[in-house]
Amino acid sequence: MPDRTLLRTPSGSGRAVSDAGVVRDALGVGVAVGVSGFAFGITAAGSGISLAQAAVLSLLVFTGASQFALVGALAAGGNPLTAAAGAFFLGTRNAFYGLQLAQVLRLPRRMRPVAAHGVIDETSLVALAQPDRRSARIGFAVTGVTIYALWNLTTVLGVLGASALGDPEAWGIDAAGPAVFLALLAPMLRSRTERAVAATAVLLVLAGQPLLPAGVPVLVAVLAVPVTLALRERAPRTVGTADREEAAPPSGGEREEES
Amino acid sequence: MSTWIAIGLTALGTYFVKLLGLSVPEGALERPRVRQLAALLPVALLAALTTVQTFGEGTSLVLDARAAGLAAAGLALVLRAPFLVVVGAAVLVTAGARAFGW
Repeated sequence: MPDRTLLRTPSGSGRAVSDAGVVRDALGVGVAVGVSGFAFGITAAGSGISLAQAAVLSLLVFTGASQFALVGALAAGGNPLTAAAGAFFLGTRNAFYGLQLAQVLRLPRRMRPVAAHGVIDETSLVALAQPDRRSARIGFAVTGVTIYALWNLTTVLGVLGASALGDPEAWGIDAAGPAVFLALLAPMLRSRTERAVAATAVLLVLAGQPLLPAGVPVLVAVLAVPVTLALRERAPRTVGTADREEAAPPSGGEREEES
Repeated sequence: MSTWIAIGLTALGTYFVKLLGLSVPEGALERPRVRQLAALLPVALLAALTTVQTFGEGTSLVLDARAAGLAAAGLALVLRAPFLVVVGAAVLVTAGARAFGW
């Protein structure tokens, strides 16, 4: 999973890396993340998604958090538009990885439609951590191809394996989705601003859950971003703290994301 | 059928934003405000999704074995466990809690 602190290490530090070293690192990330398609396949099967639907999701969507969000929302009885909207918004972060990658990789125009499919958390992490363009391109390609191959293979195996397991709830498979989200979220909670947004989103979704149709509370929780930023800007002392680490704990009720 | 519609929309939408990021001219979306919103949007969504998939049951809130599983995942994250261990801990503890009838 992406360790976002690594994304912040300046590239171009002059550190020489061998191609073999880059490939080794990329394979390590690729295998570890690629096999988690197994968890997605089992979760998808438990959500009432067919083998074909799960396989198409992994082939064409290929961004794990959005896939988990979509099957989770459908399983909860959300309508297809709300479910797709949640998955889409979660995928928008890939556009910002793309912005950074475009500068680092300098891909020819004709390569972009293919490369775009591989723009996800982990490929971006590996590519942006490299000191030069050649290593970044190797890292991006090897991580992307490895994850794509394994993620799609293990998705199918997960769906098939799920039917052999019987009742997925007895095996605790329904806890895999939230654990994936928590693992993605934890490294993002660097500063007070991020923590305040997370706490506000939790409160909004808890408040909305009994009142709104399935899938909608998650979209409402996006309001945590403007609400938190507006509150921050009214308190001048804390303006612009997004990149500063602060030890003080945030205010807020449900804090199970705290790490 | 409606599941296929959701899948189609998600596939188109997620691919579009991936391609958009690689294709826009340098600096076009580099304004600090946009960057900040982009960084915070997934924080809000992930926090909300974690909560709703742990405590949600239809349109109500419940405290069941999944909460124990999520606590285990949180502990694994604090201990800097690899991704698969985090997910595995959540699954195993949830299954264990259910086996004990929670």
